[in-house]
Amino acid sequence: MHAASRAAIPARHLRTDRWWLAPACTAAGLLAFVVYSTWRAFANADYYHAPYVSPFYSPCLAENCHTMRGGPNWEIFGSWWGLSPALLILIFPLGFRLTCYYYRKAYYRGFWASPPACAVAEPHKKYTGETRFPLILQNIHRYFFYFAVLVALVLTYDTALAFRDEHYAWGHMGLGTLVFLANIVLIWAYTLSCHSCRHIVGGRLRHFSKHPVRYRLWGWVGKLNERHMLLAWCSLFSVGFADLYVYLLATGAFADPRFF
Amino acid sequence: MAHVDRQAWDVVVVGAGGAGLRAAIEAREAGMRTAVICKSLFGKAHTVMAEGGIAASMANVNEGDSWQVHFRDTMRGGKFLNHWRMAELHAREAPDRVWELETWGALFDRTPDGRISQRNFGGHEYPRLAHVGDRTGLELIRTLQQKIVSLQQEDEREFGAHDARLKVFQECTVTRVLKEGDKVAGAFCYERESGRFFVLEAPAVVLATGGIGKSFKVTSNSWEYTGDGHALALLAGAPLINMEFVQFHPTGMVWPPSVKGILVTESVRGDGGVLRNSDGRRFMFDYIPDVFKEKYAQTEEEGDRWYDDPDNNRRPPELLPRDEVARAINAEVKAGRGSPHGGVFLDVSTRMPAEVIKRRLPSMHHQFKELADVDITAEPMEVGPTCHYVMGGVDVDPDTAAANGVPGLFAAGEVAGGMHGSNRLGGNSLSDLLVFGRRAGLHAAEYAAAVTARPDPDERAIDAAEAEALRPFSAEDQRPGAVHDGGPAENPYTLHQELQQAMNDLVGIIRREGEMAEALDRLAGLRVRARRAGVEGHRQYNPGWHLSIDLRNMLLVSECVARAALEREESRGGHTRDDHPTMDRRWRNINLVCELADGRAEGAEADPALGQIRLTRRETPPIRPDLLELFEKEELMKYLTDEELSR
Amino acid sequence: MSSQMANGQRTDGPAAGGDTADARRTAVQQADGPGSAGTSGAYLAHFRVWRGDADGGGLEDFRVEVHEGEVVLDIIHRLQATQASDLAVRWNCKAGKCGSCSAEINGRPRLLCMTRMSVFGRTETITVTPMRAFPVIRDLVTDVSFNYTKAREIPSFVPPAELGPGEYRMQQEDVNRSQEFRKCIECFLCQNTCHVVRDHEENKPVFAGPRFLMRIAELDMHPLDAAPDNGLDRRRTAQDDHGLGYCNITKCCTEVCPENIKITDNALIPLKERAVDRKYDPLVWLGNKIRRRGE
Repeated sequence: MHAASRAAIPARHLRTDRWWLAPACTAAGLLAFVVYSTWRAFANADYYHAPYVSPFYSPCLAENCHTMRGGPNWEIFGSWWGLSPALLILIFPLGFRLTCYYYRKAYYRGFWASPPACAVAEPHKKYTGETRFPLILQNIHRYFFYFAVLVALVLTYDTALAFRDEHYAWGHMGLGTLVFLANIVLIWAYTLSCHSCRHIVGGRLRHFSKHPVRYRLWGWVGKLNERHMLLAWCSLFSVGFADLYVYLLATGAFADPRFF
Repeated sequence: MAHVDRQAWDVVVVGAGGAGLRAAIEAREAGMRTAVICKSLFGKAHTVMAEGGIAASMANVNEGDSWQVHFRDTMRGGKFLNHWRMAELHAREAPDRVWELETWGALFDRTPDGRISQRNFGGHEYPRLAHVGDRTGLELIRTLQQKIVSLQQEDEREFGAHDARLKVFQECTVTRVLKEGDKVAGAFCYERESGRFFVLEAPAVVLATGGIGKSFKVTSNSWEYTGDGHALALLAGAPLINMEFVQFHPTGMVWPPSVKGILVTESVRGDGGVLRNSDGRRFMFDYIPDVFKEKYAQTEEEGDRWYDDPDNNRRPPELLPRDEVARAINAEVKAGRGSPHGGVFLDVSTRMPAEVIKRRLPSMHHQFKELADVDITAEPMEVGPTCHYVMGGVDVDPDTAAANGVPGLFAAGEVAGGMHGSNRLGGNSLSDLLVFGRRAGLHAAEYAAAVTARPDPDERAIDAAEAEALRPFSAEDQRPGAVHDGGPAENPYTLHQELQQAMNDLVGIIRREGEMAEALDRLAGLRVRARRAGVEGHRQYNPGWHLSIDLRNMLLVSECVARAALEREESRGGHTRDDHPTMDRRWRNINLVCELADGRAEGAEADPALGQIRLTRRETPPIRPDLLELFEKEELMKYLTDEELSR
Repeated sequence: MSSQMANGQRTDGPAAGGDTADARRTAVQQADGPGSAGTSGAYLAHFRVWRGDADGGGLEDFRVEVHEGEVVLDIIHRLQATQASDLAVRWNCKAGKCGSCSAEINGRPRLLCMTRMSVFGRTETITVTPMRAFPVIRDLVTDVSFNYTKAREIPSFVPPAELGPGEYRMQQEDVNRSQEFRKCIECFLCQNTCHVVRDHEENKPVFAGPRFLMRIAELDMHPLDAAPDNGLDRRRTAQDDHGLGYCNITKCCTEVCPENIKITDNALIPLKERAVDRKYDPLVWLGNKIRRRGE
C-alpha cells in the first residue's frame, strides 16, 4: 500500500479505538445466522405446526412438502425434487440479501476485510471491486428485489393464516401470531427500504416536480432507507426467530400460548 | 543571483476568490492567456466563508425592486462616501452576474415559481439576496471553479493541454508586482510548496487578494487576509483610499479561543436574541443615542412586544446599527461587566422555546454545539466585536477597475476601494466580486491586447525581490543575543501577535487620537524588529518564512489604517472616533489617499512620524444629478453640505 | 543544530536522538513552569506529529500546552509558534468551511480545525499524521493534485441551448438532491479514506473517487443539465471512464465526511442504480440487441 512518495508510516493503521469490534460483531452475527439457517434449510423437518409454517419453507414448491391446509404449498416442482423444499425458495431471499447494498458493506468489511474498517489497510494485494465477474453480478440486486416482494407477499399470506387455530378455525390468535406479525412487518420494512426500491419508486426521476406522487413515495422510502441497516438486522433476526418458534412447536418442546 | 524561471502570460490574476476567478474567466474568454495565482488551494478562498447571499435586484420576490433602489440602499449604507459610479455599475449589473452563474451550473434556492429565491437583509429595502442556505459563498466559488475547469476542458480539446490558456498556480505567493518603466510587466512569485521563485511576465496584473483582517487580533477573516494586494499596489506605486474604514461586526464568537472572531449572524438578534452583561442587565437600553431615542423602545416590555407587533411598538435597542451595538459591548466589557471570556451574553435560550431556536437558527445552533460545546437553546452565547471587512483599498477607475497611476494594474473585490464607501451592506460583497471581477478581467484583457511589445521586467527589480524574500533566512544566523541592527533575531509569530494586539487595542472599533498615535509608535517599533524576523529550516513549505514575508504587507497596511484613522476627525460608518463622535458633512467628499512615501528618508522606517506612508486628502467627484434625484431632499441634507446641494 | 527562538525550543531530527530528548525535557519544564500554572484548565498534552517529506520521516514527540476549548489545529499552531516554527500544515478558514486542514488524528481522517481537544483524554497520546493516500510534501501537507486531475476529467455542466441567463426555472424539490452534494467543501477526506485508492495506488488512474463520482451524480440529477441532448451519457461514463464499479459501498467516505453528506446512500448507490437502468436491465439490453441487428 505504500507508494514511494507517500508519508513513510510503516504501521497498517494508527487507530486507537476498537475499530475491529464492529466488523467482528458483523461477522459473528452473519456466521451464526448462516450456520443456523443451513441446518434448518437442509433439515427438511419440523417446519410446520398448524397453523404456522416456517418462513424458511414458504412457499413450499415440491410434492414432498408437509401438507399445510390452505397454506402456500404449490407443487410446481412435482415429485422429482427429493431435497429439502426450503432450498427451492431460500435462494431468493438469500440472493436479495447477498446483493443488498447494506449486506455487501457488512460482509466486504466483516469477512473479506476490504477494508476491515475505515483507514485500516486491507490485506489484499489487488482490488478490482465490483468491476468484473463474479462481483459485477451484484448489479442484479434489482431483480432479487422483485422476487423478494413476491416472497414477502407469500409471508404476508402466511401471517394471515396464523390467525387460525390448530383446527384451522379463523379468528384466533396465539403468541405465534404475534411472532409472525412482527416478522412480516420487519420483512416488509426491510424490503421496501431497499436502495433499488428507492430508485425504482422515484430516484430515477430527474424532475420530481412533475411526479408529485412518486416524489412523496420516494420521500417515504428514503426515510425507511436511512434505517436500512437496522431493518436488515432486525428482519434477519425475526425471520430466524419465527422459524425457531415453529421448530419448537413442531418438536413439541413448547406449546403455543393461545390468546383466544 | 540564481536564474529565476520566467513564463510569459497576457493577464496575471492575483487571488482566486470570487473576484479573481471571475476576472480570469472574463480575460480568458476575451482570448487572453491568463494565469491565476493564489496562496491557498484552488477553491479554498475566503469567499467560501460568505453566508448570507448575493445582493442583486432581480425582483424575483418583490417586484418593486430595481437597480435604482439597490443603488440607493448602497449609498445610504456607505453614508454617501461611496464612489457613486461604482455603486451604480454594481447595482445595474449584479442581476446579470447572478443569472450568468446559473448557466455555469450554480443551484440557488428557488421561489415557488422556480426562480432564484431572494432573502431580506439589513439595509436592503426589498428581499434581494440570492442564496443557497447559509453557504452562498461556497456555491459561488465552486461554480466559478467549475466554470474554469470547463474552459480548461475546452482548451484540452483544442490544444491538447488543460493549461494552454488558463492556468491556476495554487499555493503560490506574489511578493512584488514587477514593472518596466512605469508600466506593469509581471509578478514575482514563489511556490509555497518548494520555495522556488518564478516570474510571471504579463502586461496586465489584476489584484484580487481580499482584505486585511489578519492585522487584527479578533477577526472573522482567514490567514490569507494579510493585505497582500493592498501592499503590492502601494509598492508598485498605486494609492489606496478609504483605509480608515474597517467594518467590525458587533457579534463574533469570543470563546473558545479557537473560534474567536467567527461570526454570529445578525438574525439571532432579529429573531429575539437579547444582549446582557454579567449583572444580567439588558444594557442596550442604556446606550440609545439621542438621535435614535424616537425610534427605539425605552422599556423591555415595549421592545418585547415589537417582535410580534412591529407596527405599534418600537424596536428593541439590540437592533441599533452595528457600530452602536459594538460600541456598547465594548463599553460594558471595559467597565468590568463582561462575560468570563471578555464578551457579553447574547441570549436566545430564555426567549424562545428550544424547538423554535433550532428551526430558525439551525446553523448557529450547530456552530455553537460543534465548535464551542454550547447549547444555545439552554445557555447564552458569549459574543464580542470582530474585524470583518475593509472598505478601503486600491484607488481604481470605476468603469475599468484600473488602478490609478500604474498602467496595467487592476484591482477588484475587497482589495479595491470606493464601492462601499464607509460601510458595506451585507450581500453587497459577493455581487461586488462578480461585477468588478468581470470588469477588471475584461479591461485587463483589452489593455493586454493593445500592448504591442512583450513586457520585460527590470532584472534588478527581480534580484531585489529575491533578496527581499530571502532575508528571513539570513536572519537565522543571528543567534539570540547576537547584535544585528541592534537586536536579536525575532520570531515572526511573536511579531504578528504583537501587531494584532496593537491594532485591535489601539485602532480597533472605537478610536481615540492618543491611542492611534501610540499605535503608530508601536508600528514603527515592529517595522524595525520585522527586519530581523528570522526563520529556521528551509524554503520547502515553511510557514514561518511565509509569515515573515506577509508581515511586510500587514505592517504597511496597518500603517495606512492607523494614519488615515488618525486624520479623519469624524465618525462615519466603519470609522468611529470617541473624540469626534458625530458625522461631519464636510468630510463626506474627502477621500484619504495613502501612498508609499518616496525617497525613504534615512531612518523613516523607525520614525513613527514619518513612516512609510504619505497621506493626502482628495475631493471626490460630485454625484451625477440623475442619481441624486433618486433621494429625497431631506435625506440628502443629512449628508451633503449646503454648498454641494446648491450646485 | 539550530537556533533557539525567543519563545521556545525546537525538536528536530529522529525522535530517539539524545539532543532532542534534552530539548524536549526543557520544553516540558518550561511549559510546566509559572506560565501555565495560573491558567485554569490548561494542561500538557502528549502529541506525536509526523514530520518529514517524500524522502522519509517519522513521528516526533512533543509536549505542548492545551487550553480549554481548543481544537487540534490550535495545538499544531502552538507547536509552530513555540517549538517547531517550520512545521508545515495546510489550513485556511479554521471554521470547517474551506476543507484545507485535512489530516489523520489517531489514525482517523479528520479536519484539524473541527476536532476538539476535549474528545481526548488528558493523558492520551494524540498522533497527527498527513493524509495517507496522497504523496507527502512536507510534515502534514500532502500533494492533493490527484483530486484536481480527477476534477478535470469529469465532463462539466452542459447548459441547455434554448435557455438564456435569467430564464432558468427549477423547482426546489428538483434541486435539493444536487444541492446536498454541492455542500462538499472538497476536503478530500473521502478520497483519502477510500480503500480503492488508499490501499491500491494502481487504481488511481481508473477511479475518480467518491468526491468526483458524487459530482457526476450531482450533474446527472441537475434538472437542467443538457448532457443527454449532446450525446453525453453520464451514467455510462461513470462506469466506463470513472470507475464506479470499483466502489464496493463500504461507506468510509460517508463516515469521514465533515459536511455529513450521505455520499454512499444519496450519490453512489443511486448512480449505480442508474447505471443498472441502462446496462443490466435485461429488457433494455434485449431491446438494444434487436435494434442493432435491425440496423
